[in-house]
Amino acid sequence: MLDDVVFWVLALLAVASGLMVFRFDSMARATYALLTSLLCVGGEVLLLGLDYLGVVIVLMMTIEMAIMAVFMVMYMMNPAGLMPMTMVHNTKGAAVICAVVFAVLAAGILLAPWPSRRGRPSADPTMDLGLSLMGPQMLTMMTLGLALFATIVATVVLATRRGRYDRFGDDLKARTADDPVRGGTVR
Amino acid sequence: MSLELFLLLAAALFSIGLFGALTQQSIVMLMMGLELMLGGIIVGAAAVWHYIAPEAADGQVLVVLAVTVMAVEMAIGFAVVTALFRAREVDMTDMAAELKE
Repeated sequence: MLDDVVFWVLALLAVASGLMVFRFDSMARATYALLTSLLCVGGEVLLLGLDYLGVVIVLMMTIEMAIMAVFMVMYMMNPAGLMPMTMVHNTKGAAVICAVVFAVLAAGILLAPWPSRRGRPSADPTMDLGLSLMGPQMLTMMTLGLALFATIVATVVLATRRGRYDRFGDDLKARTADDPVRGGTVR
Repeated sequence: MSLELFLLLAAALFSIGLFGALTQQSIVMLMMGLELMLGGIIVGAAAVWHYIAPEAADGQVLVVLAVTVMAVEMAIGFAVVTALFRAREVDMTDMAAELKE
């Protein structure tokens, strides 16, 4: 009974705050609305018995939205929402597409013959996840690790101001950079 | 609670996120739509694990995958916005339509 109440509260809050993300004029409020929605997602995952993943989602989303708020203030013209602002295109067309997508998904969910539950969750699902990632799903874990490493390299390359020609000049055979300070960090 | 209810919640979050991704002109707001869509996928994967195959950890691995995709999407998205803004002072999707040139 308590689980049902928690589910409905979190579900309604997740959907309502998800809708408000695209209704607020203030970018800061939109970020916090998204944070609320994703925290509710974390709560639903906790409700399903995935304690570790639920806590990871809650912690990650809190930090992620804090970073997103900084970028919002950096790039958006109206971060505080002091004046009405719309930066959208083709709202009606998108609304129709999304309504159709939801209707198709809902029809599939309600009409599909879902298989019955096989087995019971173990006493420690987190240990199951760890054993799976270090065993049969090792390739998945290695791919994720490599993707995260590639992301770190790619973000630094994209975000840095100086490129290859700034450091080495036009000579493609140059072996040493023309840096005033070694390491290529200052110019 | 049932599998269908959780999946309907996932579908609702996915659809709302899709609406944001389709309508928003700001790249940062577009990314918020993608985050909501991934949130829906997380709820769906966790529910399928719980209600269909709780013995196998594969459903949990799918959640880990979606969470990682969220982190990668945000990091790469902000780096691209930063590079784009530095190069052309652009942070809107409509103005970034000439990336290919």
